[in-house]
Amino acid sequence: MIGRAAAVAVLLALVVAPFVPMGGMRQYVLHVVIQIFIWSFIGGAWSLMGRFGLVSLGHGAFLGVGAYTTTLLWNFYGLTPWLGTLVAMAAAVVLALIVAYPCSRFGIIGHYFALVTLAVGEVVRLLIIAERDWTGGSLGLTLKTAGASGSLLAAQSADKRVFYYAALIVWLIGLWVWVRLDRSMARAAMEAIGEDEVAAASVGVHVARFKLAITALSAALTAFGGVVYAQYITYVNPETLAGIGVSLRIVFAVVLGGMYSWLGPTVGTALTITLQEYLRVKFGLRLIGMAETIYGLLLVVFIIFLPAGIYGSVRALLARRRAPAPATA
Amino acid sequence: MIDPVFLLEAAINGVLLGGVLALLALGLNLIFGVLDVVWIAYVDLVMVCMYLVYFLVMGYGWPVWLGGLAGIGLGVLLGLAVHLLIITPILSSPPVNQLLATGGLLFFIQSFATFLWTTDHRSIRINLPVVEVGGLFLSFARLIAFALSIVAMLGLWVFLRRTFIGTAIRAVAQDRGAMALMGADPQRIYLVTSGVGGAMAGLAAALLSIQYSVHPYFGAAFGPITFMVCVLGGLGNMLGAFIASFVMSEIISLGGVLWSTEMGYVIAFALFIVMMFIRPGGILARRER
Amino acid sequence: MTMLALRHVTAGYGHFTALWDVSLEVAAGEAVAVVGPNGAGKTTLLRVISGVIAPRSGELIFEGAVLTGRPAHEIVAHGIAHVPEGRRLFPALTVAENLKMGAFLPAARRSYRQSLERVFELFPVLAERRGQRAGSLSGGEQQMLALGRALMSTPRLILLDEPSMGLAPVMVLRLFDLIRRIRAEGYTILVVEQNVRQVLKLVDRAYLLEVGRIRMEGRAHELAEQDFVRKAYVGL
Repeated sequence: MIGRAAAVAVLLALVVAPFVPMGGMRQYVLHVVIQIFIWSFIGGAWSLMGRFGLVSLGHGAFLGVGAYTTTLLWNFYGLTPWLGTLVAMAAAVVLALIVAYPCSRFGIIGHYFALVTLAVGEVVRLLIIAERDWTGGSLGLTLKTAGASGSLLAAQSADKRVFYYAALIVWLIGLWVWVRLDRSMARAAMEAIGEDEVAAASVGVHVARFKLAITALSAALTAFGGVVYAQYITYVNPETLAGIGVSLRIVFAVVLGGMYSWLGPTVGTALTITLQEYLRVKFGLRLIGMAETIYGLLLVVFIIFLPAGIYGSVRALLARRRAPAPATA
Repeated sequence: MIDPVFLLEAAINGVLLGGVLALLALGLNLIFGVLDVVWIAYVDLVMVCMYLVYFLVMGYGWPVWLGGLAGIGLGVLLGLAVHLLIITPILSSPPVNQLLATGGLLFFIQSFATFLWTTDHRSIRINLPVVEVGGLFLSFARLIAFALSIVAMLGLWVFLRRTFIGTAIRAVAQDRGAMALMGADPQRIYLVTSGVGGAMAGLAAALLSIQYSVHPYFGAAFGPITFMVCVLGGLGNMLGAFIASFVMSEIISLGGVLWSTEMGYVIAFALFIVMMFIRPGGILARRER
Repeated sequence: MTMLALRHVTAGYGHFTALWDVSLEVAAGEAVAVVGPNGAGKTTLLRVISGVIAPRSGELIFEGAVLTGRPAHEIVAHGIAHVPEGRRLFPALTVAENLKMGAFLPAARRSYRQSLERVFELFPVLAERRGQRAGSLSGGEQQMLALGRALMSTPRLILLDEPSMGLAPVMVLRLFDLIRRIRAEGYTILVVEQNVRQVLKLVDRAYLLEVGRIRMEGRAHELAEQDFVRKAYVGL
């Protein structure tokens, strides 16, 4: 694993990065890295559920709820996003519980659960489009600017570096939550649930309660991620923030990077975003759709040939090099 | 106040729409019931078949019914291809991987279609009359589509109930392992199932072609409804899906007339949530697994 | 004539090994039992024979053909029928449809009519309930259906996994009588059972399987007289 010294070095590099000369590319690089931080955070939030078998294909719902709640509250009521976030996260949790409770009670898991969450994501998207009078429908909604250079109250800034550090902090918080959850008793319980729900229940692990708690946490964090994204991009749109497209991308990045490790979502997100940018720049507007086509093709190929994700595959490779395979005794 | 005639028309259109929707939902359910995998890209396969129908009819002047048959043929081929190339390698993978595989396929198909054919909407411009029945105006295309989808579903019912392989498919859906003990090669049954599912997608494509125009994001319009129908009827439950299709299409049709199409979907899903609380596992109790 | 031979078979699931170096033989026309406590590996043993799981090492030979590691549907085609633990009927299919599925193999389909008649002769209650959903049958009837379904594939060797499980004692006696009848018709039987007393009355030879290894083997009446067998399993 990454040694402590190495981790500190990486962290220092990240902190200093925005001030390193980049020959005019700074704005673009910062933009990409900010996105990586935010989406890694969101991916990590998703993986809290994913690693325990609760595969959600509808996390776009929480993103959308998060982003639109703060944006609408700010645009129409001038409520500062700092408070709006709390409302947004609460709304996401309520939505999550409404769906997760019956699923948990009636043992809806696996593909069926994924399909239900997919439907939730789509419904949020459709609801946003349907209420076009105040949400702007498919055209989206722009965050009302609060002054040219930004405002702390409105959580806006014209300087990308501010968002860079904000996103960095958010990303670090996400990692911290992930590791804390991983180490706590909850994790042992959830894994017991993952292995054998009935047995876990018989030793007093409150299966349903844990599932709901994890789901609520995941939803709240995802909504927060949506808020941060909305504040940064200052524009929300149902296609980019709700619906199956974004939900699939999140899941993809996490599985690619590795669902079971703290850096997995980050690695996967960094890779997929970099890949997307590369393809976009390479094909750009010349061959419309080709970038996405290759992206989709690579996703399918990866999932078939690298089922454990990059992290898992590398780990397995290293483990095999370190010690010869034990004789099946 | 809405003119009751409009409401009645909407109600009837709902029933007609339900026919084709049922075809989609049943195809998806059939595959899930046997293979335990949800083809997220299912409606996008329909879209590809619709493009075939379009090009054959508009580009080569084929009669619509022949183009439709070709669409069904392509559907079968696509079903088999997806099973062999994508599903078979991941049959024993965890569900998240399987979902990502068919999800990735969705991205691929939608983008490739955009690349090949642009986002322009293409319609086969078939001018079927509007039929007047007792003061109501109904689209003839819709009536035909409904009739044919009912015929197809009856055919499916006969196939599943009366033929040997059909019964085997039902058996596998109930207990996959036991069928292997009868000497049945599971791969063969999976292939037949995928082929039938693909055929249904192809037929749905043919029937939808005469009502709607096709574009790369057609799946984004019809996909979610199909999934919601499956969820409402209980995933894997054929009868449930059949009933749910009509319930859903009624809500969408009436909701569309009273508010907006999107609100129709939202109401349908709200209904689903309510159903989950009062009647778990969909309209009809799901089979054991 | 040895019909079935397992030679030094080791098998398990994932990291867990259930069978260690197991060897056994069944001659044509014989009835052999494998007894042992829960978790001994008896079900795993049958699964290896019918091909549901592949052994890690060792050989499976049936009528001279090496079938190690072949998939289940191929092994069935060679003439082995497996009545699994818990029967695994198709609950929503009717009795007749379940029997039909038993005759999936082309060879079995050719003699479908005769097989069906034979099954109805052996189990008249199945003929009565042919249109009834299998899930609604009683325990005893389900076991008969499971047996009948196995017969439909025209096997030469029948594997029975805990046939008496979940049945009332009266039903167990009836069932074992039926197995005797089937055996008399020429089928070779390998039965795995926890009900040691009853099964030792039914078979010619038996193996004792404990913690994945064969501890004992011999004629049925010899085993029945073993002290520890009587003490450990009496009353089951």
